[in-house]
Amino acid sequence: MIRYLAFRIGSIIPVLFGMSILVFLILHLIPGDPAQAILLGVGSTADDVQMMRELLGLEDPLWEQYFRYLGGLVQGDLGTSFLYNQPVAEKVVGLIPDTLILTACALGFALMVGIPTGVSAAIWHNRPVDRIAMGISAIGIALPAFWLAVLLTRYFSVKLGWFPSLGTGSIKALVLPVVSLGWPLSSILSRLIRESLIEVRRSPYVIAARSRGYSGIRILVRHSIRKAAGPVVSMIGLQFGGVIAGAVAIEFIFGRPGLGSYLVESMTAKDIPAVQGIIMTIGAVYLLTNLIVDLVRAGLEPSVRDEWANR
Amino acid sequence: MESPSSPVTGQDKADGLEDQDLSRAFLSGLPALRAVRNFVKRHGLLRSLMTLVMIAAVLCALFAEFLAPHSPTEIGYDVLQAPSWDYLLGTDHLGRDVLSRVIFGARPALLTAGLAVAVGIAIGVSVGLFAGYGSRKLGSAIMRLVDIMLALPGLVMAMVVMVIMGSGLKSIVTAIALAQIPVFARMVYGETLSVKRRAFIDSARVLGFSDLRIVGVHILPNIASQVAVLATAALGWSILVAATLNFLGFGISPPNASWGVDLQYGRQWVYQAWWLSVMPGAAIALVIMSSNLLGDVVADSAGRGSRIEGAKFKADAVI
Repeated sequence: MIRYLAFRIGSIIPVLFGMSILVFLILHLIPGDPAQAILLGVGSTADDVQMMRELLGLEDPLWEQYFRYLGGLVQGDLGTSFLYNQPVAEKVVGLIPDTLILTACALGFALMVGIPTGVSAAIWHNRPVDRIAMGISAIGIALPAFWLAVLLTRYFSVKLGWFPSLGTGSIKALVLPVVSLGWPLSSILSRLIRESLIEVRRSPYVIAARSRGYSGIRILVRHSIRKAAGPVVSMIGLQFGGVIAGAVAIEFIFGRPGLGSYLVESMTAKDIPAVQGIIMTIGAVYLLTNLIVDLVRAGLEPSVRDEWANR
Repeated sequence: MESPSSPVTGQDKADGLEDQDLSRAFLSGLPALRAVRNFVKRHGLLRSLMTLVMIAAVLCALFAEFLAPHSPTEIGYDVLQAPSWDYLLGTDHLGRDVLSRVIFGARPALLTAGLAVAVGIAIGVSVGLFAGYGSRKLGSAIMRLVDIMLALPGLVMAMVVMVIMGSGLKSIVTAIALAQIPVFARMVYGETLSVKRRAFIDSARVLGFSDLRIVGVHILPNIASQVAVLATAALGWSILVAATLNFLGFGISPPNASWGVDLQYGRQWVYQAWWLSVMPGAAIALVIMSSNLLGDVVADSAGRGSRIEGAKFKADAVI
């Protein structure tokens, strides 16, 4: 397990390194001049743009710019924000907890709704319960989180006044963002859990357990769920990227501080260093989540570890 | 029901002809009806309805000028009117007809998503085939790069592109296509590796066929159904991402009709006029749902166990 851990942590570093090149290249090679973008609408002359280009170091060779950027990156320096004229890293680090709380709660909500739905749909496969659950989840998958957010605000904060539609003051303020972010996810999870569990329940060892006369509950709890959880756990890791991305719109709508709303703000202000820094942070958070998910799965299913060892 | 070409020689005969024509007309209508009934029977009511939604959306996009009852951009005096017979879905804060805007909004939505998926497939499939069929070392090097691209959430990657390229249709298409290339490349790479191992590829090689022919004629058709299933899911995902970008104000600029932009306005008027936010959002959700279910239809028709791949991609669809 320790060797597996070391291997997985080690495999993240080249990806992070590659990501820094990728983000850097996208921001520098795609047509469009950051200097011009920054000065857009300020009534700038060609000289101003040229000065800005020199100030940003855009006149240096590309590789020199990249190594300057990378050099800062390994020291935890993400550059200086044009907008706030303060280190991007400082602001980003302060915002990570906000986004993590929102996404973790959304994930928790999705699990709380998705697991019971998926499990009962699998137990009563092809019965009305299954049909209804899958019908609802087909709708849930298609619901854009930001639309759900607008609708929920309309009913629960405007009409009923139960939850605030803006801000971060209390736990109450977290309810609507979490539900709108977690609902589509819960639909996907319930479908995955259903598929996975149906497959497990068809496998020979479950049939064998049934033929021994074990009760349905015992087979479900002791023999099926753990096995069915494997693929679902992996999928949660992949999903998490989508959840972080979804948080961008949700934070924006509910006026919550976080990486997402900071990204929207920096994008609107064409604050390139900030955008670069936030993207790198989101990428790193996503990679780390997947690392944790892989470790959980390896703990859950020793066969994953063995496969790795014997490859 | 009288056909002008048939000669009328007598009353009796004419009656007979009329009957014949009638029954022929009835029979010619039947195959279409039967096809529809078979489709519903095979795919179920929900999927059939959603197929209908997709057809309707495509028609709206193609013939918006003829279908929309009003101009989508004409400002009127009837501001924030609730849905009525004059304005079936109500009017917005500038007195524009919401129904017409929803109909016109289908155009940028489907155009963006369609183009982006087409570009994503073209490049992604080529990269995947090249990496899967070519030398192993080069192939896995390319896949490392693809993995790095996949390590960033698609929407986030699309946002980076939007920052630099600025708003507009061309930027959205580029942004979304770029986010999709690695997804198609990864799937095609895996499939190519497994098809490559099969015996008929070896025999094609022994026969001296060129690599281009083997890839084009022997490998590509074998992975086409998986690509098709992934494409339908990718379409839904693209519509969602495009709507998100528009919603956040990085996409299509007003006053042009766009579901995402309209939803953003609707959000600001949510206290006064629910229809402003409900209608464009419902349009987005319906089209996404129909392209997701269309993927199931395609997968069933292809008769392969490729639904899982589609489901995996749908997994990324939570934005």
